[in-house]
Order: sequence, then structure tokens, then C-alpha cells
Amino acid sequence: MSEKFNEIPMAGNIVEPGNAEKYKTGGWRAEKPIHNPEACLWIKNGTCGRCWIFCPDMSVILTEKNGKYSYEFNYEYCKGCGICAAECPTQSIHMEKE
Amino acid sequence: MTISKDKIKIEGLTGDSAIAHALRQANLDVLAAYPITPQTIIVEDYQRFAADGEINAAVIPVESEHSAMSACVGASAVGGRVATASASAGLALMWEILYVAASMRMPIVFTVANRALSGPINIHNDHSDGMGMRDSGFIQLYCQSCQEAYDTTLMAFRLAEHHDILLPVMVGIDGFILSHNVERVEMLPDDEVEKFVGVRAPVDPLDPNNPLTMGPLALTDYYFEFKEQQDRAINRVPKVYKEVEAEFEKITGRKYGQFETYKTEDADIIIIAMSTMGGTAKVVADVLREKGEKVGVIRLKMFRPFPAEGIAKAVGNAKAVAIFEKAMSFGAAAHPLAMEVRTALYESKERPMILDFVVGLGGRDVPPTTFVEGIEKTKEYLKAGKAPKYETLGVRK
Repeated sequence: MSEKFNEIPMAGNIVEPGNAEKYKTGGWRAEKPIHNPEACLWIKNGTCGRCWIFCPDMSVILTEKNGKYSYEFNYEYCKGCGICAAECPTQSIHMEKE
Repeated sequence: MTISKDKIKIEGLTGDSAIAHALRQANLDVLAAYPITPQTIIVEDYQRFAADGEINAAVIPVESEHSAMSACVGASAVGGRVATASASAGLALMWEILYVAASMRMPIVFTVANRALSGPINIHNDHSDGMGMRDSGFIQLYCQSCQEAYDTTLMAFRLAEHHDILLPVMVGIDGFILSHNVERVEMLPDDEVEKFVGVRAPVDPLDPNNPLTMGPLALTDYYFEFKEQQDRAINRVPKVYKEVEAEFEKITGRKYGQFETYKTEDADIIIIAMSTMGGTAKVVADVLREKGEKVGVIRLKMFRPFPAEGIAKAVGNAKAVAIFEKAMSFGAAAHPLAMEVRTALYESKERPMILDFVVGLGGRDVPPTTFVEGIEKTKEYLKAGKAPKYETLGVRK
């Protein structure tokens, strides 16, 4: 962000496709989501997934390996909006101050 | 070498028609427009060329001027040579996209038959529309004759598309006075125009094989840097314009400069006016000179970027500068043209008295007598040593 006027492309053009990925929006976060696996339906039997569906930043990562379900957040991009926590039917996600 | 006379086609053309022919010969890729008086004939004629198969351009009839300029931005973004035309209320409806076109650095040629803005609604000439868009980032060239309208439209593509510039250009003609009056116009042969305008070589156009994003968000962190780029680009115009015009002069023998001076060298009073008023002013200067009054004229062609240094030099040691302009900036310290001229002359060692006469609003005729009235007033003010900030002439009051 320290580039001078003549060190950036003309007219605000973004000449490198997909470079929004480089912008780690996790820095915007005031609260972070914390996952509790005890009552989570994904962990239990690989169902629900409402947090994954609603996350606007694709920051909920649900994986399955050999019938075992695991859960994590991608904190590099999670803005801490809290939608996952609000949508969770089993109150398995709560927000904590950064 | 200038093109031989037998190859030149001479026709009686309106200003609008002359521009339409220039657009036809400039090999556009796209013309998107919405009709409005008094630019009507430009797009009508151009559509006829398209219907007759004389051109290959895509003509996009859109539902509004906002869309017209938007379509032009899109077509220019993929690398096309693009033009549109409008005036007055139509131009005002383009407002948002004028700034977008300039800031996205789209070399669109925008021909305008200058017309008053509403209200009351009025279809006749003044410069309210052009002056309204003066800060949009467009280069602005105002023409005095149908020939100049034709010539300037051709040169506008070279200027706009030059890689040191990449900015849209407005070519202005006085609504009805020039747009609908027939004058003798010398047209170049098609192949010579083709050679002169060439093919646009776009810089970073939209291309599926090399994806890029145009016109994204830039906030506190980058916006200002893009404005710095834009500012530097428009300030490179005088140099490029001179080069383009020199090339044009080689084939036609005609040139106009950023402004034209007429009998200014020994003048006590210099008239500054734009567009067709320049012609009237020159006739007035001739008549007054016969009576022994040293009057000269500066007819300004390039309003943006404003040739401040050149104007100051041309004014030289004149005692007074009488500006005649067809626009008002309500409540301003001076009206648009006078504001520029006053600023241009501030650094002069001996600043002349500056008179700002607002004339001709809504197409009110500006006959030679209006100029004479202004000159008479100027002489009185010179004698008294003071003058009003500005004055309207030709209005019942």
C-alpha cells in the first residue's frame, strides 16, 4: 500500500486475476467464532452444515476422512460476522472477543 | 505533403453533418447514442451510413444517455474505437458516466452540439452543458466552423487514443449556429483519413485470455493515486495535441492551436471568446480597428486543459481583457471562462483590467453590437479605473 501513483496499474485496473485472495480479511475481526464439537451434528453424523452454507467468506471448513468428521474455521478470512453462531441449531458455536 | 486538391471533396455541410462524415471516415467500432436536439443530425446521418452499409461499426440505439455513455465505456474497454454525441439535458443525464469514462481512461470521442440546460427548457445554444462537465476529466475542444468541427473530430481520436493521454475528448460546436447551418467543408479522401487516424492500439483491453478487472473500488488507500495519474495525463495533452496537429497540418494545411490570436500584438483591448463568437469578435475587431481602436481577439479552442501560460503570453501588455462567455456559474466569484482567464493572468507583471460579460444564454443572439457595447463599457471602465465583477449583456433589465 506504499506504492506511488506511477507504481500501480492505470485507472485502478487489477491486472492480476484473483488477487483478492491476498487480502486477508481476518484482520477485520472483532470477535472470533469458537466451535464446540460435543453437540455439533456435523461431528456427530456429517449432517446439518448450516454454518458452512451461510458463511459469506467460505471460512467454515468441514472435512470427512474414513468416516471421521472434523471441523475448523479459516481465521485468515473469517471476518467474525457471527452468522455461523446465529444459525447453529445446537448452539455449538459461540463468539469470543479477539 | 498536403493532399492534392482534386482528391478533396468539397460539400456544403452543417456542423452536425460534417462531424457525422468525420465519424464515418474514422472507422469506428461502436457508436452508442440517444438522440437529442441539436446534435440530431450527427447520429441520424451516422445511422444512415450504417443502414447503407458504408460503415462496419455497431450502432447501439440505447434507452438513455446514461446507457449511451455506459455502452461507450464498455466498448472502449474491449479496445474499440468509440464515439457518441449529445447535448444539454442528455449530457446532464450522462453525468455519472462522464467521470467514469475519464477516470477509467477510456478514449471516447464525444461530440456535443452545445445547448442550454433546463429550465426553462430551451433547445438553443449556450455553453452551460460544456461548462457543467468541465471538471469531469474530459479534454474539451470548442470549434468555430463546420470545417473545424470536421477536422477536430478526426484529430480527437488521435489525441484521445495516444498512449500518453488515454482520455475522452469532447468536441463542441454551437447548437444550431453551427450544428444546423451549412458551410463549405473540405473533406479528405477516405484512405487519407484512414492513414491519419490509424487503428486504435488499446492498452490492457478486456480480454478473456488475459483476465483483468476494470473500474474496481479504490478507497482511502489508492483513490488519490489514480487521480494523480489522471491529472498528469491531461497535462500531457498540449504536447501531444501539438504533434497531432502538426501531422494534420502536413496533409491539410490547416491548424488551429489551443487558441487563436487575431490582431492581439499591439491591442489595447483583447476580446476572449469561444466557438462561433470568435468569428463575430474578429469582424468587430476589424471594424473598430478601421476607426483607430486597437482591439484584438483571442478565440479559445481548448478549454480543458486550459492553456493558462499561453493566454497570459498572448494577452501581453494589453490594458484590458473583455471576456464574452455563454455560461453562468451562479454565485461564483467569476463565471467559468473569466475564472480561468483571471487565474491565468494573476502572475502577470502588469495585470490588465478584466471584464466578464455573460451573453447569449439560451440562444439569445450575440450580434456585433453586443461586442461593441462591451468594448464601449470596457473603455469607460478603463477611464474610471474600476469595473464590476461581471455583467450580463443583451438581457432586458
